[in-house]
Amino acid sequence: MIQLAFYGFAILTIGSALAVLLTKNVLYAAFFLLLTLFGVAGLFVLASADFLAIAQLMIYVGGVLVLVVFGVMLTHKPELPGDSNSQVPNTVPSLNRSWVVALLVSGSLFAALYTLLARANFLIFNQPIGWQSTITTIGKQLMTESVLPFELIGILLLAALVGATYLAAPVNNRKKNAGPQ
Amino acid sequence: MQALNSHLFLLVGAALFSIGLAIVLLKRHAIVVLMGIELMLNAVNLNLVTFSQYDPDRLQGQMLALFVMVVAAAESAVALAIVLQVYRHFRTVQLDKLNELKQ
Repeated sequence: MIQLAFYGFAILTIGSALAVLLTKNVLYAAFFLLLTLFGVAGLFVLASADFLAIAQLMIYVGGVLVLVVFGVMLTHKPELPGDSNSQVPNTVPSLNRSWVVALLVSGSLFAALYTLLARANFLIFNQPIGWQSTITTIGKQLMTESVLPFELIGILLLAALVGATYLAAPVNNRKKNAGPQ
Repeated sequence: MQALNSHLFLLVGAALFSIGLAIVLLKRHAIVVLMGIELMLNAVNLNLVTFSQYDPDRLQGQMLALFVMVVAAAESAVALAIVLQVYRHFRTVQLDKLNELKQ
């Protein structure tokens, strides 16, 4: 049963990642990215990381993907301006570079990783796994051993969000807000 | 409950990383390149989580995966703001057409 769930999530993840690679429309790529992130969240649950699965759903699916869809919409110029009632689906095309380089590099990387993983014998994988909730441990770790990275990441997040707001503002708006010093 | 083979998790992570790298190399649209970077970060997180289930007392892999997630969210916010400004300046986000420093 759990094997079946694992294969289902793995096929969902890999298949929709391939769809992101193969589709020409950026909007379809965004929605297939949603499916990929769902699949990875499922794999997190199967790897007994329940807290991270929820965090994945909230951060990626709820935050990053909405940002990406907004980015696609804001950086697209429709071919027929003023025709908002048309029934033609809105395509945002993405051109491709040559397939040869991409397939050569990523295919050889995957082949190398596959042979490495097929030959490797990780001793740690012979230990038994416990299936318990990780939330208590993560909370204790955040407040004891990794409290410094936790605070630093808070500052980084604040700085990144302020910087993103400043960068995304229109240039004349930015000058007006700065005012005479 | 029967344990899953952890090699399969690592294989899925390797495949996801390769696909993300192929997207970064292949696509010309800036936002799709960002999606490829997100896929690669997700593959790394999957590997970290897979190894972290054998360390239930300290969970260092999951902590690192959590921090990677936050950094990825911050990175995508800043990158999308930059893409927005690039679009305002050049009226396109196809990366191969952005070949001038000042227009």
